[in-house]
Amino acid sequence: MKITYPHMGHLYIVIRALLTNLGLDVVLPPATSRRTVELGVRHSPEFACFPFKLNMGNYLEAKEMGADTILMAGGVGPCRFGYYAQVQQQILKDLGIEMEMVVLEPPDVSFREVKDKIRYLIGDLSWWQVIKATRFAWCKARAIDTVEEKLLYLRPRVIEPHKLERYFREALQEIDTADNRRAVQQVVRSFLKKSEMMPQHSREPLRVGLVGEIFTVLEPFANYDLEKRLGLLGVDVTRSIWLSAWINEHLLGGLLRIRHECVHDKRLAAPYLNSFVGGHGKETVGCTVGFAQRDYDGVIQLAPLTCMPEIVAHSVFPAISKDYEIPLLTFYLDELSGEAGIQTRLEAFIDLIAAYSRNKEGVL
Amino acid sequence: MGIDVGSVSTNLVLIDPEGELYLSPLYLRTQGQPIAVVQQGLALMEERLSSEDRICGAGTTGSARSLAGVLVGADIVKNEITSHAVAALREVPGVRTVIEIGGQDSKIIILRNGIVVDFAMNTVCAAGTGSFLDQQANRLNLSIEDFGDIALDAKNPVRIAGRCTVFAESDMVHKQQMGYALSDIVAGLCEALVRNYLNNIGKGMDINPPVIFQGGVAANAGICAAFQEALQTEIIIPRHFDVMGAFGAALLARDHIVEQDGKTKFRGFGVTSLEFQNTSFICQKCPNACEIIEIKQEKDILARWGDRCGRWTVVEAEAKDSQPVKA
Repeated sequence: MKITYPHMGHLYIVIRALLTNLGLDVVLPPATSRRTVELGVRHSPEFACFPFKLNMGNYLEAKEMGADTILMAGGVGPCRFGYYAQVQQQILKDLGIEMEMVVLEPPDVSFREVKDKIRYLIGDLSWWQVIKATRFAWCKARAIDTVEEKLLYLRPRVIEPHKLERYFREALQEIDTADNRRAVQQVVRSFLKKSEMMPQHSREPLRVGLVGEIFTVLEPFANYDLEKRLGLLGVDVTRSIWLSAWINEHLLGGLLRIRHECVHDKRLAAPYLNSFVGGHGKETVGCTVGFAQRDYDGVIQLAPLTCMPEIVAHSVFPAISKDYEIPLLTFYLDELSGEAGIQTRLEAFIDLIAAYSRNKEGVL
Repeated sequence: MGIDVGSVSTNLVLIDPEGELYLSPLYLRTQGQPIAVVQQGLALMEERLSSEDRICGAGTTGSARSLAGVLVGADIVKNEITSHAVAALREVPGVRTVIEIGGQDSKIIILRNGIVVDFAMNTVCAAGTGSFLDQQANRLNLSIEDFGDIALDAKNPVRIAGRCTVFAESDMVHKQQMGYALSDIVAGLCEALVRNYLNNIGKGMDINPPVIFQGGVAANAGICAAFQEALQTEIIIPRHFDVMGAFGAALLARDHIVEQDGKTKFRGFGVTSLEFQNTSFICQKCPNACEIIEIKQEKDILARWGDRCGRWTVVEAEAKDSQPVKA
């Protein structure tokens, strides 16, 4: 069995660690590129969301490299993600491509089903091996989030952001290749030490919260490197969604208790949004309110074009913006988004929040 | 000096230290050659200046702002939205809504107490922008200058489907075949475009007076009347409506220089006679196949952009990072 899985930001490192330690033969598709988009778009319905198209591209590129099995997450609820796997499977079949798809539905829906699927994948490996592999993968997920959080914090502050970026790339690669927990932690420590010693500007950067649909937030290719653009424009970006939190919630069924702001912020969605609308709609609203309460200068929402949960969330934005006097900006992204338009709107938004925050200080 | 290099036109303005326009602005057609048009603009400007005049700062804006900034040595490179807002505030200090329609984009800027609080740009569709009007005027055998005035003669504007340029065009053809008067069709088109603008770009925006209308399309009396009708408020068209972007960039450059108390990075009018090469090549290092654009002046590389990974821009940026800051 040669197993592959679609890309989502740096998730590949975590899944690779997990599957390799389960004794599986992993075929990682090449990093999502324009070629991936072309392949994916060609074989997807036009109005499918952007992540769907990128997934398709990933599968097809993995197939070229010899993969025969796809591991994919499933979902329930109003978001279309729940049907991704089934539709993608059908498209592959119509294309005459023989690939088996193993869909892991959220464990809180049917624990037994997940268990059976894992058993199918790992053959006669013991459950203890599974726990060990999961713990190791979890350690990598936490490590990635730690270095990335530092990157987001430091990028607008250091004088040489490009050098910091390089350190970060190197750290990611080292985390990927590390084969034991101690080595992973060593990489994190050395990155933190190196990056914290870099000379910094004295000015305090503007702070922007990033909310929205998980894939577009986590995958730099899908959001046109939005975090980097903001960082280089001198903005401190705080994400509402982190890889490890997502894994915990969706793949481990919330088994671990990790401290995470966003989990609490979900409750703040009321009274703006009281019901579950699928995807991360409620988190988007809740986290936006959370950022506003913590005096952020602005919030940016990211979503794939036609993303229903995010459109619902977007519709209550004017009320939040008015109540908390916080500027909000939304980007709907897909393969046709223009880079120049994104950059222009970002720059204008930053000018706007800068003026806003100066004005606020003046009033106080 | 302010330079606005847009998709259709390139504008240059000069302002004096008080922020008043100095000499008349230049309005040129970009014609897809931003480098040549900037050089041409500078040459024309130089001819008009006397020997005592001195450029103390330069700002660029528009979709080719980075390119123009590199060419002339701009002190400030600013996005169109901020530039337009700055210029609008200067013309009408209490302005609360700015409608801007240019060659290929249109925007709305909402201001309160002199600061921008919201804005939107057309992102997916160019219906209702200058280029479309240009094209339709052409098709109807009208000069773009007369287009707006003809609309004013209309008695019963026809309802035209304005959601999409393609449908708008076929709808117009249909109405022509039905025998509607030309002025009614033109007026109908103006109304359709305004409706489209307000439904798309103006969606969810709090449009309050004073409203100012700028950009090349503001010259069109028909569109202006349609806005007036739709918003039920007076539409102010500023004096230099067609060069507001460049005007804003100039004001920003002036403020920047005054604040920093610095010397300008403007490279002088010698730029007009220099040979610039812009070449592009496709990077083969990964399947992204980014198109890298390289601006060279004789043998020196001035700038590179277009890569996702930063491989090409970074070489330079790091070189700049580590250079000592010049006093």
